[in-house]
Amino acid sequence: MRYLPKSPADREAMLKAIGVRSVDDLFAPVPPEFRLKRDLNIPRQMAESEIVDWFKLRSKENGDGYTSFLGAGAYFHYRPVVIDALVQRGEFLTSYTPYQPEFAQGTLQAIFEFQTMVAELTGMEVANASMYDGSTGAAEAVMMAVRITGKSGAVVARSLHPEYREVLGTYATHQGIPLKTVGFAESGPVDLKELQQAVSDDTACILIQSPNFFGTIEDVEAIAEIAHQHGALLIVSIAEAVSLGIVEPPRAADIVAMEAQSFGVPLGFGGPYCGVLATKDKFVRQMPGRLAGQTVDKKGKRGFVLTLATREQHIRREKATSNICTNQALVALMVNIFMTVYGKVGLRELAKQNLAKTAYAADQFARHAKVRFTGAPRFNEFVVETSEDPYAINSRLLGHKIVGGLPLKKFYPELGHAALWCCTELTTRSMIDTAVGLVADSERAVRSMKEVEQEVAR
Amino acid sequence: MKHMTRKATRHISQNEGLIFEKSSPGKAAWKLPPLDVPEVDTAKLLGKQERQDLGNMPEVSEIEIIRHFTRLSTWNYAIDLGMFPLGSCTMKYNPRVNEFVSRVEGLANGHPYQPEKISQGALRIIKTLSDCLLEITGMDAITLQPAAGAHGELTGILLVRAYHQSKGNARKKILIPDSAHGTNPATAATAGYAVENLKSNERGMVDVAALAAQMNEDVAALMLTNPNTLGVFEQDIHEIAELLHAKGGLLYMDGANMNALVAKARPGDFGVDVMHLNLHKTFSTPHGGGGPGSGPVAVKKILEPFLPKPVVITKPDGTLAFEYNRPQSVGRVRAFYGNFGMFIRALAYILANGPDGLRQTTEDAVLNANYIRKGLEGVYDLPYSTPSMHEVVFSDKLQSQKGVKTLDLAKRLIDYGFHPFTMAFPLIVHGALMIEPTESEPKEELDLFIEAMKSIAAEVEEDPQFVLDAPHNTRISRLDETQAARKPVLRWKPENAQ
Repeated sequence: MRYLPKSPADREAMLKAIGVRSVDDLFAPVPPEFRLKRDLNIPRQMAESEIVDWFKLRSKENGDGYTSFLGAGAYFHYRPVVIDALVQRGEFLTSYTPYQPEFAQGTLQAIFEFQTMVAELTGMEVANASMYDGSTGAAEAVMMAVRITGKSGAVVARSLHPEYREVLGTYATHQGIPLKTVGFAESGPVDLKELQQAVSDDTACILIQSPNFFGTIEDVEAIAEIAHQHGALLIVSIAEAVSLGIVEPPRAADIVAMEAQSFGVPLGFGGPYCGVLATKDKFVRQMPGRLAGQTVDKKGKRGFVLTLATREQHIRREKATSNICTNQALVALMVNIFMTVYGKVGLRELAKQNLAKTAYAADQFARHAKVRFTGAPRFNEFVVETSEDPYAINSRLLGHKIVGGLPLKKFYPELGHAALWCCTELTTRSMIDTAVGLVADSERAVRSMKEVEQEVAR
Repeated sequence: MKHMTRKATRHISQNEGLIFEKSSPGKAAWKLPPLDVPEVDTAKLLGKQERQDLGNMPEVSEIEIIRHFTRLSTWNYAIDLGMFPLGSCTMKYNPRVNEFVSRVEGLANGHPYQPEKISQGALRIIKTLSDCLLEITGMDAITLQPAAGAHGELTGILLVRAYHQSKGNARKKILIPDSAHGTNPATAATAGYAVENLKSNERGMVDVAALAAQMNEDVAALMLTNPNTLGVFEQDIHEIAELLHAKGGLLYMDGANMNALVAKARPGDFGVDVMHLNLHKTFSTPHGGGGPGSGPVAVKKILEPFLPKPVVITKPDGTLAFEYNRPQSVGRVRAFYGNFGMFIRALAYILANGPDGLRQTTEDAVLNANYIRKGLEGVYDLPYSTPSMHEVVFSDKLQSQKGVKTLDLAKRLIDYGFHPFTMAFPLIVHGALMIEPTESEPKEELDLFIEAMKSIAAEVEEDPQFVLDAPHNTRISRLDETQAARKPVLRWKPENAQ
């Protein structure tokens, strides 16, 4: 086996040194009735070239060559090539959690820079080293708010990513956290009246997403005011990190739970992604996950260590702030490099391109179909309501190697024939025009069908 | 340097500041293509929501970024540089073909919501990996959704809870041996259970009599690592399972140490009801400085209805699909389908090995641990003489007589060009040195390691202070962790620039 660095003679010599006759003697502690006496029934050993071929075939069966208008928590942005060039260095790729700081300073300093940039971008004071993803990060943020406030209820916007809400539901059930859901107004943002009524003095936190699932940017300050009036915290989930280049960050929030996938992480069929938690300094000791901090060595030289570990499971066991151990370090490094490449000016310009593409696409769609939630500013997603079922339109788009917007019926039955469309800087004008053309054809066909029916009725 | 070492030597190490300290206005590492749609008036579109300033974000050029991260990387130790004998972490070789195939375009750019019709490749990968893992574990059903080991533990315990709930009573507590990883009790608490400790016996195994006494109908499950954190196979595993099952409890296995068992023994055959695997340990996906992981959870038939949704099913026409209609499911534990990129890597590893390769891998892992044990017996105290599987636990008992603790031994080992062993864990061994070499080490590297550890033991006798001051050859010496925690500096600000 090509990964195993031993010759038969090495093995013999080692067995002899140990003082056993065969390797089976070393498995004597396993009771004989539980020893597997046959080969595993799995595919045979493959050559590297065969493995590459096998996965290339799977790639061909997986939308290779299609362009897409899908967003909904997973965004297709350009990934500068330096990201993969750097994260594939063995010293990053094959190192462990930096518990031995003297020779893990590379990882530690990178985490420190990551925490700094995330705090800068989210408008928070402190950020951790990463969570699994945006969905689990939001659930951890709610549990954190419960610990901070000593209260138990959470009020959740229905315009939070539906799968984030499902994950929160799973966590909350067993933590005894009652959840209340608040709908969205006709214009798109959270229904503030309904929110006012849902929040009480027993509420630990309000959890919203901005830009929300439909792309609408929420009035964070107004919602923060409602939360704080009742002694509750405001948690803002951000699924599209690129928005932070041009949209005012949720500075009035107490905790930001972000999915940073947009920052240089491949779509990868949903993972691995990179969750982030950011908050105010005063809450840091209730924060889950790892934190890198600056300190000095014995000679006074600047260095970095994992710190405030008394929050964590390996010290506190059942009293820890979370059971999280492994996080998303290497993905956080991708995010880190992406943020460094675009930086202060590039992130704004990138976000502006996203905004322009979306504005153009939404305008074009609006000429033929109904674009919903136009009453508030939005970032790179928008909802298009068609006369025909969007699944039918999408299957025609597939013929042009285009994946249309996400039909929303599955998550929001009341939205009927609506679909969530997304543009990024990689969406081309001709792709938009093709999609708009097919939607226009569909609308025309439905209209003429109706006219025929009316004609017949007359 | 006191003793000469054959492995490490000195090398120029570049100094490098924080990226923010290299920033100055006007430098850039990006270029966008010309816009093919009309420019927009951002003030008009966004109004008061328009961001005016991005704060202290850096402005640097591409070569500076390459040098910055390359220099940082050289300050790390890594498997690619040498042996990484962290106990229970299974720091094995991370094959490069895994990285290559995970970046094939259709897989890397696949959107989680693209139609199933054009997702058959991803679904096939999920299905094939699931089938392989079920065969390896001897279990009946599996979810790949959990994002890491601890997340898998939580999922597994939620399944336990849902199972008991379906019988009318969720029960109150989880039994956890005193040798367990810290995530076990933290997980039980997150799932709303009380934690009850279970003492180990003098052989380092579950005390079956104590278990019999503590087992009752309030116990939902026992969370057991097997081989346990001492590297010892729980020989009474069948009796343990029967004790639990007799009172309606379930046996949860923490699969952190599965590298000792693959192709040699299957948890499903010895009474385990639910377990998690760590793809970033046993199945070679890279640790990446702390993640991403992936923590599939495999279960027996009785727990299948409760698995997180969606699950992958085969339709009558042979195509694969996600099934969401799972009324008894515990729900979702993560958005989308889990850390798919890790599934690709783990499957590539399994395909590269096949049944014979996996068996040889496990045998070599156990051979390596026993070779180290033999080489260091007598030099370091061995608190439990019970046979070792894939890892061996020594203690600092002999060296601590000279005031040298496991931490100091670890720091000195760095000078010899090795990553330290796991220190001070498991908690039941005072001053533990927990060593897991994995199968990836050639005999030469093991011999160098044994030589280094012997040399350090000799240094402790001759000049303990020298060991206490280690490391001597790293860029920085021991760091002031107390200051870091007392006055946390968790981000760079212009005023603390150096």
